Amino acid sequence: MLAATAVSKRFGGVRAVEEVSISVRRGEIASIIGPNGAGKTSLLNMISGFYRPDAGSITFEGRDITRARPAEIAAMGIARTFQNIALFGGMTVLDNIMLGRHVRMKAGVLSSFVYWGLAQKEEVAHRARAEELIDFLELQDLRKQQTSALAYGLRKRVELARALALDPTLLLLDEPMGGMNQEEKEDMARYVIDVNEQWGTTIILIEHDMAVVMDISDSVTVLDRGRKIAEGTPAEVQRNPLVIHAYLGGHHEQEWAAA
Amino acid sequence: MSIDITLPQLLRRNAERTPDRPALREKDRGIWQPYSWRRYWEEVRDFALGLAAEGFGRGDKLSVIGENRPRLYVAQLAAQSLGGIAVPVYQDAIATELAYVLDHAETSVVVAEDQEQVDKILSLKDRLRHLKLIVYDDPRGLRNYDDPILKAFEAVEAAGREFGATHPGYVEAAIAAGKPDDLTLFSYTSGTTSRPKGVMLSHANLLSVAEGLATAEGIRPSDEHLSYLPMAWVGNSVFSLALHMWVGFTINFPEKPETLQRDLRELGPTVALAPPRYWENALTAIMVRAADATPLKRHTFDFFRGVAERAQRCETEGRPIPVGLRLLRAIGEVLVYGPLRDQLGLRRARLVYTGGAPLGPDIFCFFRAIGVNLKQAYGATELSGLCSAQPDGEADPDTVGRVFAGIEVRIDDGGEVLVRSGGVFQGYYKQPETTSEAITEDGWLRTGDAGFLDRRGHLVIVDRARDVGKLADGTALAPQFLENKLKFSPYIGEAVVFGDARPFVSALIAIDAATVGNWAERHNLAYSSFQDLSARPEILELIKGEIRKCNAALPAPIRLRRFLVLNKEFDADDDEITRTRKIRRRFVAEKYAAIVEAFYQDAADVEISIEITYEDGRKSVMRSTLAIGDVDESGPGADAAAPARAASAPIPAEAG
Repeated sequence: MLAATAVSKRFGGVRAVEEVSISVRRGEIASIIGPNGAGKTSLLNMISGFYRPDAGSITFEGRDITRARPAEIAAMGIARTFQNIALFGGMTVLDNIMLGRHVRMKAGVLSSFVYWGLAQKEEVAHRARAEELIDFLELQDLRKQQTSALAYGLRKRVELARALALDPTLLLLDEPMGGMNQEEKEDMARYVIDVNEQWGTTIILIEHDMAVVMDISDSVTVLDRGRKIAEGTPAEVQRNPLVIHAYLGGHHEQEWAAA
Repeated sequence: MSIDITLPQLLRRNAERTPDRPALREKDRGIWQPYSWRRYWEEVRDFALGLAAEGFGRGDKLSVIGENRPRLYVAQLAAQSLGGIAVPVYQDAIATELAYVLDHAETSVVVAEDQEQVDKILSLKDRLRHLKLIVYDDPRGLRNYDDPILKAFEAVEAAGREFGATHPGYVEAAIAAGKPDDLTLFSYTSGTTSRPKGVMLSHANLLSVAEGLATAEGIRPSDEHLSYLPMAWVGNSVFSLALHMWVGFTINFPEKPETLQRDLRELGPTVALAPPRYWENALTAIMVRAADATPLKRHTFDFFRGVAERAQRCETEGRPIPVGLRLLRAIGEVLVYGPLRDQLGLRRARLVYTGGAPLGPDIFCFFRAIGVNLKQAYGATELSGLCSAQPDGEADPDTVGRVFAGIEVRIDDGGEVLVRSGGVFQGYYKQPETTSEAITEDGWLRTGDAGFLDRRGHLVIVDRARDVGKLADGTALAPQFLENKLKFSPYIGEAVVFGDARPFVSALIAIDAATVGNWAERHNLAYSSFQDLSARPEILELIKGEIRKCNAALPAPIRLRRFLVLNKEFDADDDEITRTRKIRRRFVAEKYAAIVEAFYQDAADVEISIEITYEDGRKSVMRSTLAIGDVDESGPGADAAAPARAASAPIPAEAG
């Protein structure tokens, strides 16, 4: 459903991403892994339109989105979360999620101003969807809390809820488990799987925790210093000597195999 | 008073008489969603048909496991409609406990709330010889489970409607065939002493209690109740099943356990029931909030708290309240008590009960003083939950009230309370010998509690009959009484008192993590964990101070002399307390025997190793050396200084 063909991005002399191609099938959980600075986030930024590739092309559902702006891409059904949480701290959990619904609101300025009628009906429908997500991600007790007051793991969950509020067909998750403890990671992994199963949402996941990646991914792409060095099923990637080398240097093959 | 109706018959009656009134209300998606009596009945009927299609019939057992959810109640009533027996189980029980109960009860159908509970049951499947079907309410995460034993709740209902099309009137006939004396609920005792025992209750058992309570307390159809206590606790079945059917009021379910406090406040139930633990926690939370508040707020709170408690004392002692105090109390009502009750969700509460275990008198008085109509109730699983409650205007901290109409009480020679009533159970499942120990030949239930009837005819419970002991010098000692005194301190979470056949009284203390943590923060005391915090010398001093305060109100012989702050909380997974949070005294005494010995050998510290059980059943051992605290006798002088309350401490001669 999504294909990036030989995309490259450079910042001055730094080649962040070099001729990387990936293709993601509908309904799968595809992970992108690699050491720090491998170009994972840059690749995600190109897919979501935050960066414009210097070369190569990206298609989504058969449409070329290489030059599309972030808002256009969001409207097409691609939602994302950020490595560094980007929520509105002064707003409540519910308001943050409702904000995600904004893309889907149709009432114009005038009818919104009057409120009753179309805008009210729409607001109720969107609120119902927001509540569904609150229920899904078990945020009921935090509904009316300001997000700035929440623990890190919970803010990540709210961010996921807001991304889901767009009703995406493709969800990009940039290190959703970064900085979490084991229990929070397990919870988050559970939610990612549930999202994928419940709505058939295709997911591209950047993650450092190997155990999680190997557990929940259908396919894995490995980047190193801007280049793709391997791709395949988790088991295939795990056996790939290039990957082992990139990740662990030469001497840890045993440990890697055990992970 | 004899009961001539069954629970499902009452459900049908309510559905016919008031089809559109809300029977249940569940907060879901942020909104209180009502279930009318008609819908409740229709769901019960469809689910019952679905069970019938699976071969479920008379005498079969169905277990529910999970939080309070409408569908779990539907499932229980569906089983009961077919002449089956509901066996609710504790959702936080560890695997071995759960397997024991489900297997012992011969449960053939388990209705589970969600994936978590389904996983738990599936993992035990091989040990459950009678299990034929697992039904789940929330399908989330269960999409890819392909075990044929699993079915969605909707699927069972749909199959039921199909079955119903070819078997018209099937459930109605089964309900009509039900007899009041049929068994309908097995309530497994939380087992303070041993393996859980299956207490068999009939429709008539449960409904006689509902009738007794409804009549004595004037509970009416317009009442609202919030159902959040464990479904497996008999007190919950009395309110949310028997009383619900009998009176026809509305029961409400919170969105999830974490939102309980907010949901409670939104709803404002009129009839509430909570175990002592709840009131202890609520008071602790209030104290923490007060301590964290600005000085003005804190002083206002302290001042009006004093006012309320003085006025309260006048009332209980039957003296007129001075005019000045009345005036201050009226101001306090506006400034403090009203808002506090609102925060607690008790703004509209007419009848509020505490039961299941004794509540410390000071905690009880606090809530009464701020205008909560808190009353003590008493019962036992073997009495179908309840047998007495304090009538309005007769509440005091020492008694558990009057028994309901038609219930007889007598005290035997050993001081044990015996009760004969319509609620006396039908026996322990598959344990006839234990049953005959509990029920006398002429139908009296041995409650196992020591107590007496006071001048007003109120029942007073002193302690578990076999826990009442004597110090070496012969002074009677009711450990629970002292423990409740100790637990009034916001810093003390749990306490276990020792002293039987010993020269003095000593106590094992578990600190309250929230308040002590808060205290540590305010005093710039850094700590890394509960274990670390409990071992701090500052905390030892803090607790010592609290014990001194408590000692000041006690007669000299039963003052606490030595104590130890335990470096873990008492945990049901370690069998130290029951799921309903009652201390398993004997077990604790055995487990910590080394500490008890150290108390009486004048040791300054003691080395212990404690086995800890995790929720999944894994165990590990924690070794540490703990310091023993000595409470010196430099406190206020002996008996003369002890306030009046201590003199009337409920340690009657009868029990000694």
